[in-house]
Amino acid sequence: MGSSCYSPSPSSSHLLVTDFFSRGFKSSKLPFLQKRRFDRSQRASKICGYYGLRTPPYKLDALEPYMSLKTLEMHWGGHHRNYVEVLNKQLEKNDILYGFTMDELVKVTYNNGNPLPEFNNAAQVWNHDFFWESMQPGGGDMPKLGVLQQIEKDFGSFTNFREKFVEAALTLFGSGWVWLVLKKEERRLAVIKTSNGICPLVWDDIPIISLDMWEHAYYLDYKNDKGKYVNVFMNHLVSWNAAMARMARAEAFVNLGEPKIPIA
Amino acid sequence: MALRSVSRKSLSLGQAVGHVRGLQSFSLPELPYDYGALEPVISGEIMKLHHQKHHQTYITNYNKALEQLDQALAKADSSSIVQLQSAIKFNGGGHINHSIFWKNLAPIRGGGGEPPKASLGWAIDTQFGSLEALIQRVNAEGAALQGSGWVWLALDKELKKLSVQTTANQDPLVTKGSALVPLFGIDVWEHAYYLQYKNVKADYLKNIWKVINWKYVSEVYEKENP
Repeated sequence: MGSSCYSPSPSSSHLLVTDFFSRGFKSSKLPFLQKRRFDRSQRASKICGYYGLRTPPYKLDALEPYMSLKTLEMHWGGHHRNYVEVLNKQLEKNDILYGFTMDELVKVTYNNGNPLPEFNNAAQVWNHDFFWESMQPGGGDMPKLGVLQQIEKDFGSFTNFREKFVEAALTLFGSGWVWLVLKKEERRLAVIKTSNGICPLVWDDIPIISLDMWEHAYYLDYKNDKGKYVNVFMNHLVSWNAAMARMARAEAFVNLGEPKIPIA
Repeated sequence: MALRSVSRKSLSLGQAVGHVRGLQSFSLPELPYDYGALEPVISGEIMKLHHQKHHQTYITNYNKALEQLDQALAKADSSSIVQLQSAIKFNGGGHINHSIFWKNLAPIRGGGGEPPKASLGWAIDTQFGSLEALIQRVNAEGAALQGSGWVWLALDKELKKLSVQTTANQDPLVTKGSALVPLFGIDVWEHAYYLQYKNVKADYLKNIWKVINWKYVSEVYEKENP
């Protein structure tokens, strides 16, 4: 199977293993020391990072008032960082898993439905990287051009898509994520929900947009008012620019046009 | 197909609030203490939200699902009957679990945190080594739980054995074993502690023991284990 790695659009430039290694290149230990730029915690980490904590492509207070600085500090600086650190600690003990890109690591540790202990952390690192990049200051509004066209084709209208997305978010049981993905086989967009840390990469879908529905994502700002959080996300946070970039990349893997069958 | 023996009463305004067409509807149980009574272990803000918003929402949606189930049963609509099961399990489970949870807790000055004695204390010492060992075990399971769920001290009423169990989301303890009786449960959904402890779940788990109502837990144990 050809490379089905799908990296989210690169944001700020800092050390990260992702686009560096291709499949099959398994090196021996390659610790990457990473500089922490927004290290607000007092803890000094002695871990040699194999994967770095990617910073969101905007300042932590840039999403105010829709997502507070406090939430970003807690969510990114606490939860997301924790996943990275725990993952690195797990990888210290496990040679076989070195040298993968984050996408590959997620798929490999998913182990076809029998996930390895590293899966949850790897997936959650990937999920959160993707999530920060699915938002932007001054986001919301409508998608344009190709993304809008494809949404209208697959959902009937943008309004219908939005309804489906919000409904999925509000009917999720427990912790999880809502996604707009491009399904490879069916060659169409779909809204899906995943539980806990599951990531649609494991089903070979191509994620376009995601929304974190774990309580820690919204509790500090919205308490139990999930509906408000989801609507604010759709109206003010979601980055259709990121979606466009991801769709453009996705079209390298999925032929969305009608097949050109030559007439004899 | 057997007809339901429940008679349908239309527009019977004289009926008690809890009965519509013979269908039970559930309501929010009162807390046996004030919202602020569990401070500083669990803040009044959390208790209020947890009780008035989260628990109430489970009950509202549970009632709604049961109402829809009633209609589906009347129409013998198997597809809907089956489809409603996940909503019933989730919301009904949420109601069951939280109802137990409020009783599991007691203010520090109301006996919260006082270690169990008598038969339960003895059973814990025998089966876990000590109360501290049980606490370690519960905290470890709680910390390791991914996502949302509950940690339970369970009694297998057939084998007469205690065990520590976890359930995901709002699954009630019986989903882990039909003979399992919940002695106490600790809610490890983020809403149970986030506003106060943020992401330090371990601190929440460490502190909650100060307000565990062992007296109630012992009562439950002794009832199942006379």
